[in-house]
Amino acid sequence: MPDADEIKQRIEAAIPGATAEVEDWTGGGDHFRATVTAPAFAGCSRIEQHRLVYDVFGAEIGGRIHALSLKTQGPQAQSPTR
Amino acid sequence: MPETQPNQIRDAIQQAIAEHEVILFMKGTPEAPACGFSARTVAALQALHAQFAAVDVLPDPRIREELSAISQWPTIPQLFVGGELIGGCDIVLEMFESGELAQTLGLPDASDSADDGAAVETPVASGLAQPENLLG
Repeated sequence: MPDADEIKQRIEAAIPGATAEVEDWTGGGDHFRATVTAPAFAGCSRIEQHRLVYDVFGAEIGGRIHALSLKTQGPQAQSPTR
Repeated sequence: MPETQPNQIRDAIQQAIAEHEVILFMKGTPEAPACGFSARTVAALQALHAQFAAVDVLPDPRIREELSAISQWPTIPQLFVGGELIGGCDIVLEMFESGELAQTLGLPDASDSADDGAAVETPVASGLAQPENLLG
């Protein structure tokens, strides 16, 4: 069963410079919600941004990971450093 | 070699996308969505009183496989406008909230019309609604 931490690490490992916040939506280990920020998203449409993240998991989406709800943002939307 | 049935399904999907300005591939029907993500997407379209065709992907798993192969999008629902994939539930809801969805559909924003009762086109009659028609 994947957990939120695994999802987070895999997104961050696969997309250069990405930071991901992932929560297990239902607590059941198959519905996740992720907010991903990455410089690689610059210039990509929302569709393309989501595809980049989905591509990390391939066929696991809809299988092992029943649902991965996404919110993606380019680097300009990154929250300011404290 | 058995005949390559999936291509018939793929052709029917492509035809449905081409023939309907707004078409939603979903789990279940607009009246009885079978998944929360499909339900929320339908609700956003209905809040805008959008006219849309709907295809239930559940009756045959090949519909979903072929659709994802065409769209390069792994999840359901999938909304197409003018032959282009707009997105799944997350993107459609984001666009609904920002007003972009109404803009894309050429409709007034939800705040302009408070009453319920969106007009839902009858499901696609091209045969996708009854996939067994395609399986000869």
